[in-house]
Amino acid sequence: MYEAIGIGVSAGGINALKHIIPILPHDYPLAVIVIQHRIHTAEDFLVEFLNNHSAIRVKEAQLGEVIKPGCVYIGPSGYHLLIERNKTFSLSIDPPVNYVMPSVDVLFESAALAYQDKFIGLIMTGANHDGSKGLAKVKKYGGMAIVQDPATAEVAVMPQAAIDIVKVDYIIPLHEMGIFFKNLKFIGET
Amino acid sequence: MKQNEIQNFEIEQLLEAILFRYGYDFRNYARASLERRVEERLALSSLECVSEMLPKILYDQEFFDLFLKDMSVTVTDMFRDPQVYLKIRETLFTHLRTYSRINIWHAGCATGEEVYSMAIMLEEEDLLKRTRIYATDYNNHSLEIAKKGIYPANKIKQYTSNYLSAGGKASFADYYQAKYESAKIKESLKRNITFANHNLVKDQVFAEMHLIMCRNVLIYFDRKLQDRVLSIFKESLIHRGFLVLGEKENLNFSCVKEAFETFAHKERVYRRANYV
Repeated sequence: MYEAIGIGVSAGGINALKHIIPILPHDYPLAVIVIQHRIHTAEDFLVEFLNNHSAIRVKEAQLGEVIKPGCVYIGPSGYHLLIERNKTFSLSIDPPVNYVMPSVDVLFESAALAYQDKFIGLIMTGANHDGSKGLAKVKKYGGMAIVQDPATAEVAVMPQAAIDIVKVDYIIPLHEMGIFFKNLKFIGET
Repeated sequence: MKQNEIQNFEIEQLLEAILFRYGYDFRNYARASLERRVEERLALSSLECVSEMLPKILYDQEFFDLFLKDMSVTVTDMFRDPQVYLKIRETLFTHLRTYSRINIWHAGCATGEEVYSMAIMLEEEDLLKRTRIYATDYNNHSLEIAKKGIYPANKIKQYTSNYLSAGGKASFADYYQAKYESAKIKESLKRNITFANHNLVKDQVFAEMHLIMCRNVLIYFDRKLQDRVLSIFKESLIHRGFLVLGEKENLNFSCVKEAFETFAHKERVYRRANYV
């Protein structure tokens, strides 16, 4: 059974996330960790916005916090978000990766080491190539790789880049994404 | 055995080797970002696995120097989080002003951007001439950059905007000389700054401070090392002295929680509590 889902989104991300997070039940059996590319500002409304529209709890990922199921964690702006092997969050201000911070690659690469085959990586809409390398590492350690169908993405570059270099498990159109993740537990039971 | 467990063992060995050979102790650094840096160094040096770094670390000082340089690269800005600087200028300075001599410690100053931001604010509030700023870092590569005070010119636009949001009273252009692709910090700002090597992992308190700035340093340490560092700050601060942490850091789970009160939560300003 999987323990955590990582979602990487860039341009068009808010709309994409609206198709997934509000559909998840409050007792969702996995942890969901979201990296949305955005500039670093003091006022960050992404968490509040998603929390107001969702049954599942949405919060900012805190330094040292123990990652638990049934919660959506959003990586703060201005920091990379990483996962330690003891399944807690850490942050860094290492240089941008793929010109961005937070970077999806940074989250996914550390998540692959921490969760190995218990992690699902999802790449969605965006205008750069961030996340592809991270998704490849998720696969390398036995995790699942999912990509939004680029035809349904506001910007197709990021999901297409992932499809180009990773042997992905599922390519899913945006309108089916929420129901896919809601029913995910049936896929994990093997 | 799983590959990530093998790599974990290799990294433990690597950190022991670095400690044994050069005296730098990275064992209590947050592991995920350190591991990422090690993996990047592997790729850059075309090595297959962490174990291949071991002989290089032990026998090749230049290779260790490269590693140390990798570790020194972080990203910060002048007046990063302008609202924090605005808070310092508008409220902390009122308290600092009551002292005839002011000591400020930038612990883990990295490449110095935030040190010069502080110096500019002190200058504008007419406090710089009675202030001594101690800017310390364990990494000599970072300190060299900090001392020079030369930053890429393409960051000036961002810095200027930050400076204004932080309550800047003059023109940011007064504080640097632009030359080709770079901007050099004005020499007069450096007069009251002492740059020095100090390693938070093993060194001790060296002076009494009125204000300690340590932003986005604790994020790189594990809980144990965070507690060590915070204890040093507690000892170093004068009665009712101030501590400013990074915006995602806090004292909630630390061993010094009781010794501080929250002065400004959002800006992560803490103050030594009254002795009981």
